[in-house]
Amino acid sequence: MVEPNQLTQHLETFVDITRSPTQQDDSLRRIASSLENDTLSINQLVREMEMYLTTTDDVVRARGILLLAEILNSLKQKPLDNAIVHSLIGFFTEKLADWRAVRGALVGCLALLKRKNVAGVDVLAIAKAMIQNVQVQSFALLERKLCFELLECLLQHHSEAIITMGNLLVYATCEAIDGEKDPQCLMVVFHLIELLAQLFPSPSGPVASDASDIFDSIACYFPLHFTHTKGDEASITREDLSRGLLRAFSSTPFFEPYAIPLLLEKLSSSLTVAKVDSLKCLKDCAMKYGVYRMKKHYGVLWSALKDEFYSSTGTQLSFALESLTSPGFEMNEIHREAVNLLQTLVNQDISFLGFVVDDIHINTVFDTISRHSQYKEMPDTSKLDVLVISQILSVSAKASVKSCNIIFQTVFFRLMNILGIVEIVSTGDVFPKGNSTVSTRLYHGGLHLCIELLRASKDLILDFEEYSPTPGCAQESWCSIVKSFSFPLIQVFTSAVRCSNNDCAEDVYFGVKGLLAMGMFWGGSSPLSRSEFEKILMTLTSIITAKSAKTVVWELALRALVCIGSFIDRYHDSDKVMSYMSIVVENLVSLASSSQCGLPYAMLLEATSEVCSTGPEHVEKMVQGFEEAFCSSLSDFYVTGNFKSIDNCSQLLKCLTNKLLPRVAEIDGLEKLLVHFAISMWNQIESCGVFSCDFNCREFVEAAMTSMGQVVGIALVESQNSIFQKAYSVISSSILPAMESIPLTFAALEGLQRDLSKRDELILSLFASVMIAASPAASIPDAKSLIHLFLVSLLKGYIPAAQALGSMVNKLSSGSGGTNISSDCSLEEACDIIFHADFALEKKISSNGSGPSGKIICASETTLSKICLGLCGSVDLQTRAITGLAWIGKGLLMRGDKRVNEIAQVLVECLKSSNRSGHALHPSAMKHSADAFFILMSDSEVCLNRKFHAVIRPLYKQWFFSSTVPILESLIMNSETPLSRTMLHVALAHVISNVPLTVILDNTKKLHPLILEGLSVLSVDSSEKETLFSLLLVLSGTLTDTKGQQSASDNAHIIIECLVKLTSYPYLMVVRETAIQCLVALLELPHRRIYPFRRKVLQAIVKALDDRKQRVRKEAIRCRQAWVSITT
Amino acid sequence: MDSVLVNENPIVYPKRKRHVRTDQSNTDEFSVEPIDQLDVFDHIRDIKDPEYPELSLEELNVITEESVEVDDEKSYVRITFTPTLPHCHVPNVLGLCIYAKLLQSLPRRFKIDVRVAPGSHVNEDAVNKKLSDKERMVAGLENPYLVALLN
Repeated sequence: MVEPNQLTQHLETFVDITRSPTQQDDSLRRIASSLENDTLSINQLVREMEMYLTTTDDVVRARGILLLAEILNSLKQKPLDNAIVHSLIGFFTEKLADWRAVRGALVGCLALLKRKNVAGVDVLAIAKAMIQNVQVQSFALLERKLCFELLECLLQHHSEAIITMGNLLVYATCEAIDGEKDPQCLMVVFHLIELLAQLFPSPSGPVASDASDIFDSIACYFPLHFTHTKGDEASITREDLSRGLLRAFSSTPFFEPYAIPLLLEKLSSSLTVAKVDSLKCLKDCAMKYGVYRMKKHYGVLWSALKDEFYSSTGTQLSFALESLTSPGFEMNEIHREAVNLLQTLVNQDISFLGFVVDDIHINTVFDTISRHSQYKEMPDTSKLDVLVISQILSVSAKASVKSCNIIFQTVFFRLMNILGIVEIVSTGDVFPKGNSTVSTRLYHGGLHLCIELLRASKDLILDFEEYSPTPGCAQESWCSIVKSFSFPLIQVFTSAVRCSNNDCAEDVYFGVKGLLAMGMFWGGSSPLSRSEFEKILMTLTSIITAKSAKTVVWELALRALVCIGSFIDRYHDSDKVMSYMSIVVENLVSLASSSQCGLPYAMLLEATSEVCSTGPEHVEKMVQGFEEAFCSSLSDFYVTGNFKSIDNCSQLLKCLTNKLLPRVAEIDGLEKLLVHFAISMWNQIESCGVFSCDFNCREFVEAAMTSMGQVVGIALVESQNSIFQKAYSVISSSILPAMESIPLTFAALEGLQRDLSKRDELILSLFASVMIAASPAASIPDAKSLIHLFLVSLLKGYIPAAQALGSMVNKLSSGSGGTNISSDCSLEEACDIIFHADFALEKKISSNGSGPSGKIICASETTLSKICLGLCGSVDLQTRAITGLAWIGKGLLMRGDKRVNEIAQVLVECLKSSNRSGHALHPSAMKHSADAFFILMSDSEVCLNRKFHAVIRPLYKQWFFSSTVPILESLIMNSETPLSRTMLHVALAHVISNVPLTVILDNTKKLHPLILEGLSVLSVDSSEKETLFSLLLVLSGTLTDTKGQQSASDNAHIIIECLVKLTSYPYLMVVRETAIQCLVALLELPHRRIYPFRRKVLQAIVKALDDRKQRVRKEAIRCRQAWVSITT
Repeated sequence: MDSVLVNENPIVYPKRKRHVRTDQSNTDEFSVEPIDQLDVFDHIRDIKDPEYPELSLEELNVITEESVEVDDEKSYVRITFTPTLPHCHVPNVLGLCIYAKLLQSLPRRFKIDVRVAPGSHVNEDAVNKKLSDKERMVAGLENPYLVALLN
């Protein structure tokens, strides 16, 4: 409810121009809302406002009227009584004559006109008042815009009421828009012209009679020049304005006598924008104005268009791989628009083609073609002729079926004659000439023209088929012409491809491009018979299989085949799919599996995978073929010991990993095929016996592991389960029993050697990679024995086994036993086996159970940790155990399991110079435990990442960081020997450099001294150069962030001392470079903090100017300049 | 300095593309990359001309890559620059700029020699004599106006 005095207050606020705009808006909103919920009626309001609306004080009156208008504007949704609307319109119309209050009047009229219930009389009244009393161009920007919007609203929503005004309306509009310059207003103005043209379409109407005047008022804006890029102007761009203007130009055919000459004149300008806009506009106008009106301009249009083609085409014809499917020269925007215009004109009226075909240039181009055989020998003018004419002809041919017929009838016979394909054309019969003449008359210009025409007709079929369901092109004359020449044409192209001279790369290029063009005719209306199509495929395939080195022609042919393949797949051409399958795909796949061809295997695989990636069926065929090839090569290796076979296997697997696996999301059903492949890999390995010779097959094992892991990684859980089953059956029939028989006792473990056979190693590695990649939901058969297996193998020194064990503890569900149906082993049980594997000496631990800390078993008391600490066993065993423990720890850490703390304790214990029992540690064991922190904290590519479904707890790194750093810090303080101190620093550096930088930035005060000490300890020799570099990167991160600068400022002296030392670190260039960059970054610190060090830094930098590496010298110069300039 | 420009509208030459050095250095940590012609040219190409502060010496063709002679082993650099006009009246300043910039950018072991190209200036001998007077050069470096041109 609005009290009367409250209302007066709001009114006063709005009318008072000294109040702030927000206050005024607020009072407006309050009044509007009380009207909206009917606590106030319009009548009441008007009565209350009477004084403001009629006073003689201009300012108050203007504000009062504006207030009423704005209120109406915000009440668009509220229905108002007809009588009220009528009287309000009466009021506002009257006020249009009051120039001081015109803004309010305009807003009010506009708000009321947007309502549904406005009577025709009222509309007319507004329009008349508008025309009589409003001088639009004398107003300011905002009022002008309102005027145009009012006119727009009248024309758009009340056309039937104001149509009677006729000439008056047109005249008034012209007057209003004359000389307008504001972009926002212009957008409305252009629309006004369009609306006027729609309103008066009759040839005897006012628009037709005043067309010249109307056009004059907008012609001055062409070509549109507008350079404001962004910011103000309500984000109107040049494109918006120019589009609006083009629409206005093409709005009515009555503009034709004025528009076309103007556009042609502007086309001859030297401004690119003018040319592009003219071409665009001519295209729109040609479509709108109609054939009858355009016809008289054809002659001029054609010559202008031809000039544009000539001026926008370069003479550089590309012979690159990419341009096989394009005209082969660079196209600018002018050229593209010229192409569009030509196509529109020809498509609209076939008689325009007469100008094209009769053009003298086109006739002379044939002489040019037959004068030069090699493209590169032609003078530039001839090159230009050939390219432009080919482009014009092919664009016109593409425009419609009729134009295609005419072009082929007029040009193609002559072209064939020049190319030596046909002797006499007069009889209509076609006699292809013998091959001998064909090979001598390869005219590049002719070939280019011919190929462009073929490509144009190919595109035409595709457009045509999209619109009509029945194949109709076959009856067209162009089609029969191509059909009659298809055989000799293929021969010409084939012979060009087969050209074996050194200097005929261009011949070959044209040959392949021609074959490609011929091979891409679509389906039922193709002028090529099936056998001809197959001949093309065979030619291209034979090029691929025959070459023994990667030549240009090989790559061209491969690209062409891939193009044809994806074309067929895209348009589902069933006949051609079959041909392609049998000739290209099957041929290559069978070659890959027999490996009996001259082509190097890597190239064969590349060709096969490229060609087969064109369609799902091809992929299926290829995976099957690869499967066969893999099995046969592997068994061949087992039987004969042929190294080449195992090498082929590795290449095959690499091809599978690199080419196919990344595309698994795009190709339906690929996952199933790959899983099948993985299972048959297992089958094959199972059926093969021992290797017949001792061959270091590292490469093969690695390739197999990567492929297996990646396949399992992308497979669904069910498929993973089936792979697991298969793999388990293989492993349980070979190494599992043997390993299980090794008890986890000191005595047994100490005697372990790397004693697996090559086959067992392969099986173990493959199984590990399955385990690494499996998702947590997959069910692991007989998990307990597998843990035993991995545990023993990691102590034997097999890293993949350690990674697999890490993945297992990462993914096994916690909870006791049966909570997870997919596995027979819970995390607790697994940890029990790993850490607690009891043996004779330690009976008491197992009987004691878990000790005071509940279920968590103290890892430092377990076998594994004792081996790590070197209490028993050799150094080798110790280092292996440490690395293994690190991977297990990583698995636990990532899932956020507390047990990792115990592992960290063991590792830290190994870093001390002598541990609790006084047992001295071997340096290599210390080094391994320091590096174990890298394993724990860094992101691994091979296991425990998202790709391999690792369980990752958020912020796990931060958690480990905050629990480990204090321990390491206090140990560093108390370290007894230099070695131990170094190793502790290495471990700390690993932790610090792998945690997100924000964590470091929060603790710079504490960390800076540690980092700096670490840097100086690590820089002593070259063994830790990589660690040093990553620690230095952390330091540079803290120096460039504002958060770290306070602490950096406090520690400036030691930071500079340390960096100065690193500028001459001899072992790694990037360290020196980064150190110098850090010195530059330090200049951000307060002047008083750094100035004292200027001399010292400059001395160091002068030395760096003579560094042996160029990059360091460059940074040094920059740094020197920066430090020198802080004097002044 | 004389504020009247002798050559009001100098010819501006297009900048050459900066060579992207092939990063083979990374493969061998201890291989030595000697200071070469391009290195030295990179140091001085962006010096602004005292008369046209928006144009660099490279754009005015005062120096080109070929005008730099370097011998890293003997620690010797010689720059031969060509003033824009034979009666250009700032060749001393030009030479001083080049000298100063190289003094900042090269290791101290280098002996730097800056000369006007033979036949490119009317007072060639006088200019060369001034440029080889090291004490004079060092004194010139105290001028803050020159220091601003270098970067």
